[in-house]
Order: sequence, then structure tokens, then C-alpha cells
Amino acid sequence: MATTAIDHAPAHTHEHTGLWSWITTVDHKRIGILYGATAFFFFLVGGLEALVIRLQLMGPNKTLVSPDTYNQLFTMHGTTMIFLGVMPLSAMFFNYLIPLQLGARDVAFPRLNAFSYWVFLLGGILINVSWFTGHAPNGGWFGYANLTTKQFSPGPNIDFWTVGLQVLGVASLAAAVNFFVTTVNLRAPGMKMMHMPMFVWMSFITQILLLLSFPIITVALILLMIDRTFGTSFFVPTGGGDPILWQHLFWLFGHPEVYILILPSFGIISEILPVFSRKPLFGYAAMVFSGAFIAFVGFGVWAHHMFATGMGPFADAFFSLATMIIAIPTGVKIFNWIGTIWGGKVDFKTPMLFAIGFIAMFIMGGLSGVMHASPPADLQQTDTYFIVAHFHYVLFGGAIFAISGGAYFWWPKMFGKMLDEGLGKLHFWLMLIAFNLTFFPMHILGLNGMPRRVYTYSAESNFELLNKLETIGALLLGFSFLVFLYNIIKTWRTPQPPVGADPWNAATLEWSIPSPPQHFNYPTLPQVHGRDALWELKARHGGPLPEPQRVAEDAVLMPNPSWKPLVAAIGVTVTLGGFIGGSHLWVHVAGVAILLYGIYAWAFEPAFPEHH
Amino acid sequence: MAHAEAHADEHHYTATGIDNKKLAIWTFIGSECMFFASLIGVYLTYKGRDVSGPKPHAEWLDKAGVLQEQMLEIPLVTFGTALLLFSSFFVVLALNGAQRGNRKQLIGWLVATIFCGVFFVGMQVYEFSHFAHRGMGYTTNLFASTFYTLTGFHGTHVTLGLLWLISVLVVALRGKLPPEKALNLEMAALYWHFVDVVWIVIFPVVYLIR
Repeated sequence: MATTAIDHAPAHTHEHTGLWSWITTVDHKRIGILYGATAFFFFLVGGLEALVIRLQLMGPNKTLVSPDTYNQLFTMHGTTMIFLGVMPLSAMFFNYLIPLQLGARDVAFPRLNAFSYWVFLLGGILINVSWFTGHAPNGGWFGYANLTTKQFSPGPNIDFWTVGLQVLGVASLAAAVNFFVTTVNLRAPGMKMMHMPMFVWMSFITQILLLLSFPIITVALILLMIDRTFGTSFFVPTGGGDPILWQHLFWLFGHPEVYILILPSFGIISEILPVFSRKPLFGYAAMVFSGAFIAFVGFGVWAHHMFATGMGPFADAFFSLATMIIAIPTGVKIFNWIGTIWGGKVDFKTPMLFAIGFIAMFIMGGLSGVMHASPPADLQQTDTYFIVAHFHYVLFGGAIFAISGGAYFWWPKMFGKMLDEGLGKLHFWLMLIAFNLTFFPMHILGLNGMPRRVYTYSAESNFELLNKLETIGALLLGFSFLVFLYNIIKTWRTPQPPVGADPWNAATLEWSIPSPPQHFNYPTLPQVHGRDALWELKARHGGPLPEPQRVAEDAVLMPNPSWKPLVAAIGVTVTLGGFIGGSHLWVHVAGVAILLYGIYAWAFEPAFPEHH
Repeated sequence: MAHAEAHADEHHYTATGIDNKKLAIWTFIGSECMFFASLIGVYLTYKGRDVSGPKPHAEWLDKAGVLQEQMLEIPLVTFGTALLLFSSFFVVLALNGAQRGNRKQLIGWLVATIFCGVFFVGMQVYEFSHFAHRGMGYTTNLFASTFYTLTGFHGTHVTLGLLWLISVLVVALRGKLPPEKALNLEMAALYWHFVDVVWIVIFPVVYLIR
């Protein structure tokens, strides 16, 4: 394949701009940026909720917020960070990087991709609107029935939660189908599955987890919603229902969800470490199979969240052993990451610092995780701050460190400018110190018996000192993100010489095209012969490649923009939104009408412009 | 612009040779399996755990103390099941017609498929209203709730499948389903087979196993 498109003239490189172009965009890169911006906003909202929690717990018997507001705060903090923070931040990387790293022009279904984003946005708004009604969800992010059934939660609070999560589930499922097909089918000519960049592999496994686990929580949410709306007894003991069934359904989703949150971060780290160690990823195949093994076993460990329900020695033993087995493939990954750095020419740039920070913090989270895989230990630790410490070490110390590192790493590709290195390092060190200051003492508090989800503690319990330290840490942690925000704004406003296609001397295909990439990514589809496609090209060329030239924007036929996905997304949200505070028939009817119009208009509009 | 034309071919490129849309339907079906597996799991978990009647497979006393027949009417549903199974065969014949460009075969068998589907949904509507008439509301007991939810969600899937098949029929009647676009029917057909296969699981679980 010669690069015939390069000499195509005239090279007018205009791009569509303006609000309407963003509303109708089907370009995976723009949708990725939309995901990133929206998720970062929700992440800050969830962070503010956490800060209020920390201020309330700064001393004993504080009354900054009422117990009920506190319930709403920790419920919304968890729900926001998981479904509106980490998941869509990962989705930003899926959107932006999967097609680029595969050497593709876009995802398999560009309009479905836009649909996913709009449904996510509307679902996020729907859940958060509850704050303005004064009835934010207050049953915990796990929504345990029968605490969340009508008898004990009569207000609309839980409705916002059941409905909002169903809407978000639609977004995740649509995106998962899209990225699954994209990965299987749109690999560049010659790119075998075992040639794919590790980020694509981990994301691919994540899509499989999404496809198989989201239907389960959808069923659980539907049943809870029906219980609350129509008075059935799926989770109501007086009618024969079993609240424990909720826990089984929830965690059958909830544990794979944990890997949905962390596997993309494994992928990000596996891209950053080789580039800044100047070595290929150590043990590529072992990395792929350990990821797949984690995902597979991840479906057989859900009941370790339920040791306290008294399942009996057989179930306890099974789920305990299955959980401990997961430590093996995870350990394989950690040793492979260390093996990648080992003997390399390590360059401690900001992305690399975050990647190394990730490994260290994630190991700590993993170690405490193995501890409560043992039922006797878990019975001491469950519902205490020890668990809170554990999952913040894997989700913040893990996912957020990796995502931050990924942001610094791919920023020049996305925006054509480098983030400030000094501010980046400041961000990292502040975050590392503040993170440990916030969450490490929680281990001790938890083992000393401080319970989760309780709005205050007594002065005699001796929890005050460590709680004060944690609150100071949390404020510092919030400040570290202000540094990041300042870095973004500063970079935005300061003129910079163009960074070029490949500022990091990286290994994957996205660095072979201009930064930011043109609409169609690749004027001609690249030919791939093995792993680390760009390093291979550079090696064969005997040095850095010549800077790629921009070509005419109309050199490649790209899909039409479309507003139909937004209409369909509104239809989905309105249809389900009719279940808030009881079932409102006309809202459902209006929603279904909008949805049907959106789908039919979508199905019968041409995806591509007519041939000139 | 010969150039753009050349690139238009690349839009049909897939690494596996399988069409994107077809793979997407298969992927979606994989996900739907977990949806129905969860509903069937809930049904089986609660089977026989009702605190009061009605009962699916045994006589039961109503609130007035009158002995009532078992709820499920197996012969009628067996007939509906048979029609649904046949419809899966018919839609294959319709697809064969579409692929060979045989308009008569396409439309004839597509109409037959839709007829069977409509009968199945009609049967379910009759069954539900008959049960309601016999005093089994949605919230009457766990059997009622799990039964209506499981078979109701299946019925909704059948209805959506019908809507899809009818849309394809309208397109075919307007002469806009040439052999090279037979994939548009194949996708609907794959989904139709899926709702059929799910029913093959639900029918024994609900109606045959006592």
C-alpha cells in the first residue's frame, strides 16, 4: 500500500467547528474528548462530595451535615466515582485510542458511539438532578434490598438510582458491542490479535466483562424498580422474597465491575512503561492471558462480598479460594511490569511517575484485598474503614493514577500540545503524598473498629487524630487536582511550537500520524507485521520517521454527522425516567415515541455521503 | 473523484471477513443470554417459595377457601411454542429467498413468520388476561410476579422482533431488499432465532418441570 493520499491536493485542512458540530459528531476522537470532559466534571463533583464527607468526619460529633444528607453523600460519591468517573474516563481512552491503536478510521458504528455518549451524559444528569429535588439516592452504591424497597425507602431517592443506573447501563452495553466489534473487525491489515497493543487487549477483555455482567444488574435493577413501583415482592421477605438474592445479583455484576474499572488502567500502564523504559513490554502473552484469566475467574468470586451473610463453610471456602487465586494472575502482571522496567533506560517523565506510582499503590491495595479474601479476617474487616482503605488503594491508587498518567501521556496526541512537565511532577508528588495521607490511616481506623457509612463517631473512640490527618490529606488531594486543572488551562492558553507526531518516541500506531490526528486518522490504512508496530517501522527506517504531512480533509470519505443518536438517547432517558416517583404512563409513551422516531430516522438515513 | 471511491471500498474491510453488523448482532445476543439467564435464575430461585396460591402445577385454595385448578394451560402454550419454532424455519426460507432474489419466496415466508409471531404474542396476551380473570394479578404471589416478569420480558422481545421483521417486510414490499442487502433481513432473523431459542429454555423451565 503506497501512501497515494499524501500527494492529494489541494490541502485545505478546514475542520468543522461550533456547538452543532459537536452535537452531531460521530468522530470517535471528538466523542472521546466529550467523554473525558464530562467524566472529569463528574469526577470533580464526586470529589467535592468526598470532601464534605471528610469535613464532617474531621472531628467527633460534628454536625456539618445531617445523617440523612451524609447517607446521600456517600451513596452519590460511590455511584458517581464508579459509573460517572472511572468508567467514562476509561471510555474516553477506549474511544480515543482503540481505533487509533488498531490503525482504523473510526469505530465500527460511529453513530452508535455518539448514542452511547449521549445516553451516558443524560443518565449522569438524571442521577444528579436528584440533588436539586433534595432526594438524592441514599441506599449506598450497592443499593442493598430490602433497605431500598418501598417500605424502608419511601421517597423518590432510590428511584433516581435504579433508573439512572439502567440508563447508564444502556450506554455501557451499546459501547461494549461497538468496541467488541471494532477490535475484532477493524484491526489494520496484518494486525493479528496477538499483535494488538496491550491497552487494546485489556479494553477488549473489559468489553466482554461489560457485555456479560451489565445484563445481570439490569435485571436486578428492573426487579427492584418493579418492587418499588408496582408492589411485587422480589426482595420483600413478607411476600416470600429474599433480600439475599439482591446481593447475589448485585455482586455477580459488582465483582466483574471491579475488573471493568481496573483492566483499562492495566492497559494504560502497559503502554506507558515500555515507552519510558525503552524496552518492549515484558511477557506480552503472559500479560494477555493473565488479563483474560482475571476476567474469567472474576465471575466466580462475587460472594466474597457476602461472607457476613452466613453462607456456610462450603460456599465460604469456595469463594475464598477463588478470590485468592486471582492474586496469581495479578502477581504475574506486576512482575511483568517490573520486568519491563528492569534493565531499561528509565526516563522519569510525568506519565512514567504515575505508572510507577500505580504499581506501588496497586500492590498495597492488592495485599489488603488478599487479606479479606479469608472469611475469618473479612468478618473482622467487613463494613469497617479497612475495606474503604482497600478499595481506594485499588481504585484511586490504581485506576486514577493510571488514568492521570494516561492523560499526560496522550495529551500531546489529543491536543497537539504538551502539558507542563514541572506542574505535572508537582501534581504527581502532591497526589502520591496526599493520597497516602488520606487513605493509609483508614487501615488502622478500620482494624480499630471504625464502621463505614456512619455519619460521626464519639470522642471516646479515639478516632479523632487519624480522621483529622485524613481530612487534611483529602483537602491536599483535592488541591492536587487544582494543579492539574491549572496545568490544563495554562497549556491551553500558552502558545507552543507544534509537538509533532511522536514526542515520546513511542511504540504504537497512533504516534505515526499528526497530532491531533485528522478526522480520518489514517489517509491509507497501515500495514502491520508484528507487535510495537511503530518501533518496528522506525527500526526498519533506521531512525526517526519523517514528520507526517496533513492531507486534504476530504481525501477520505467519512461518515455523515447525525443528530439522530441524540434523539434516540433522549427517548431512552425519558422512557425510563418515567419510573421516578411511580410509573407515569404518558412519560413512558412520550419516551417510546421519541425513541422509535430516533431509531427509524437513524436506520433510514445514509451513513456515508453519496459518492461525488 | 476516483480517489474517494477507492477509499469507499475500505469501509467494507473487516479483519475477519465477517460483516460488522452481523458480528454486532451476535455480540448483542451474547449479552442478552445473560439477561435471560438472570431472569430464569430468579424464577428458579423462587419456584415453590410462595406464601400463598395460585400454584402453577397443582390445585390450590383461593381466599374464599374454594379449590382451584392449576394455573398453567400446557396444551395451548405447546401449540404456540410449535408455531414459534416453525417461524424460525420460515424466516430461514425467507432469507434464502432474499439471497437468491426470489421475491415471492421472500415475501411469502416472511409473512408466514410474522403470522406465527403474532399468533404467539396473541396467545400470551390471552394467557395473561385469562390469568388475571382467574384472580392472578402481578403482585398476587411470587409465582405470579416471576412468571409475568420472565414470560413478559420474553414476549416484549418477541414483539420487538416482530416490529423489526415487519419493518423489513415493508422495505421488501417496496422492492428495496435486493440480494446484496439480504443482510438486513439476516440480522432480524438472527435476533428472531434468539428469542426462539430462549423460549426453548423458558418453556420447559416454566411449563414442563413441576
